[in-house]
Amino acid sequence: MRISSSASRSLLLAGAFIGVLSYGAAAQTASPPAAAPAAAPALPPGSPLIGRPDNEAAQKLAPVAAPPIAAAPDKLPMDKLKVPAGFHLEVYAAGMPNARSLALGDKGTVFVGSRTVDKVYAIINKDGKREVKVIASGLYRPNGVAFKNGTLYIAELSKISKIDNIEDHLDNPPKPTVIYDNLPKDEAHGWKFIAIGPDNKLYIPVGQPGNNVLHDKDHGQIRRINLDGSGAEVVALGVRNSVGFDWNPQTKQLYFTDNGRDWLSEDVPNDELNRVTKVGEDFGAPYCYQGNIPDPEFGWGHSCSEFTPPVALMGPHAASLGMRFYTGKMFPASFKDQIIVARHGSWNRTHKFGGDVVVVHLNKDGTVKNIEPIVTGFLQDNKYVGRPVDVMQLKDGSMLISDDWNGAVYRLSYGKSKVAAQ
Amino acid sequence: MRAITKIMAAVAVGSLASSVQAAETIEQRAAACFGCHGEHGQSETAYTPSLGAQQSPYALIQLFMFREKLRTFEPMNDMTKSFTDDDLQKFADFVSRLPKPQPPTDVGDPARMQKGLALAQANHCNSCHNADFSGKENVPRLANQREDYLNKTLNEYKDNTRHGYDGTMADVMGSVSKEQIAALAYYISHYR
Repeated sequence: MRISSSASRSLLLAGAFIGVLSYGAAAQTASPPAAAPAAAPALPPGSPLIGRPDNEAAQKLAPVAAPPIAAAPDKLPMDKLKVPAGFHLEVYAAGMPNARSLALGDKGTVFVGSRTVDKVYAIINKDGKREVKVIASGLYRPNGVAFKNGTLYIAELSKISKIDNIEDHLDNPPKPTVIYDNLPKDEAHGWKFIAIGPDNKLYIPVGQPGNNVLHDKDHGQIRRINLDGSGAEVVALGVRNSVGFDWNPQTKQLYFTDNGRDWLSEDVPNDELNRVTKVGEDFGAPYCYQGNIPDPEFGWGHSCSEFTPPVALMGPHAASLGMRFYTGKMFPASFKDQIIVARHGSWNRTHKFGGDVVVVHLNKDGTVKNIEPIVTGFLQDNKYVGRPVDVMQLKDGSMLISDDWNGAVYRLSYGKSKVAAQ
Repeated sequence: MRAITKIMAAVAVGSLASSVQAAETIEQRAAACFGCHGEHGQSETAYTPSLGAQQSPYALIQLFMFREKLRTFEPMNDMTKSFTDDDLQKFADFVSRLPKPQPPTDVGDPARMQKGLALAQANHCNSCHNADFSGKENVPRLANQREDYLNKTLNEYKDNTRHGYDGTMADVMGSVSKEQIAALAYYISHYR
């Protein structure tokens, strides 16, 4: 009974998603897979091997680590990265090992977080030249950065800190001051993307502490705090590992990407693009994935209908991370208020998927029309030559794209204004 | 241990001075490594890893982490502090070309080997690290690594005093007991 009801629901959703996945045939599979074999005993909850089937193909897969050294500017894969006609991609800055999340200062400074090193970088525009500086170090997995009213906010694995008036102190920045540390310390999905919403609150994801695990009330969510660290409140539940979000400039609704679980199968579940329509909404993990696949282990006793389904499926194991609404005027009019998403690319798949930047086109009601690639080529012959992490719009309407594989930031522009000011 | 550290620091300082001199081959520069890590890929020094046939991408990550003090061990932090990115890559490639460490002459107690094998399978060590523990890419070779070093390292991952590059090993070791770690270290060091 269960299976037939979820199957009909999946058909229904598959219908709703027609056109969403206009490429990557494998990604279109929406039917529930056969139950995965029971996990071996003794695996700790954080283990990435939970749920791994015991076969040779699965044994060949392991999380991919970026090289520790930033690529030299002349070694960046610019000849391999492809953009549509009229667009132009250039190196904006290089030499930042493990460059991850991006934030923009009022005076044009670009702040860049990192995950496998201990640094936050600043790309400084000075006298018509760009220069990279380390503005904070000795931090623990400082993946997240956000900027508001002169203050830089930094998210480490388990704390949020800030540096006031950062752009006035780029040569000799003070140490960050902690504003909030009531956060779990798990390594698994512990690194954080952060952003400040239209409500002037700082949004913080707290991932589930493992691939596919039950957990306490402090995990698997996005919460928000006031900018002084007070007033913590949970905004979304059933969030496995979100590493990117932004607010619809029209509706002010929060949209977030969420990474689907590993080891269920090669082709499902897809990553999710979700929309929060009310505070406290539950998006299903670990009970239900991609809106229509009950988890073979934790789905028992639940139905996917208990949870809010995603507005788009972003591809299997694609690692859909940073995303921003495009509000600029440089790109063609069809980009206005659409979502640009960085897909870091899979490890848990024999034929890797993702490694690109896509634009998600929305309908007027905020649901998803379709998805189109915009920067491709990070994946060559099933190997990464780069991995996009975050996207961020500059004031001129061009988009920056960070690449943690090469420790670089690229600038995507359109039309005549091809080259950023040096 | 403190005495060893001092000696090693002295070696490190000596090697730094000489590394400044141009035109030294990587083999000449690596002589300083052999004092502790052994000349033929096999360490004879307590708590000091054998480097032979180590995966180059893994070795590069570790050398980078020593230079950046993301992994702290004073002699190695000193040894690498003036290394360029290119130096790190050269040393990583160099150790990957050394002969792999040999298993100990004793074949290991069958009951302990059996216990270790079962634990390695239950924890899927043989997945990322390969069935023969030869490792791949950023995942290190473990086969015939020194037992004391394996024991120490797995415990450090478990209590997160050794921060991995990406945190995977902290997650994996969280619920593995000290006794189980000892059994794994015995098995992997005696692996044939």
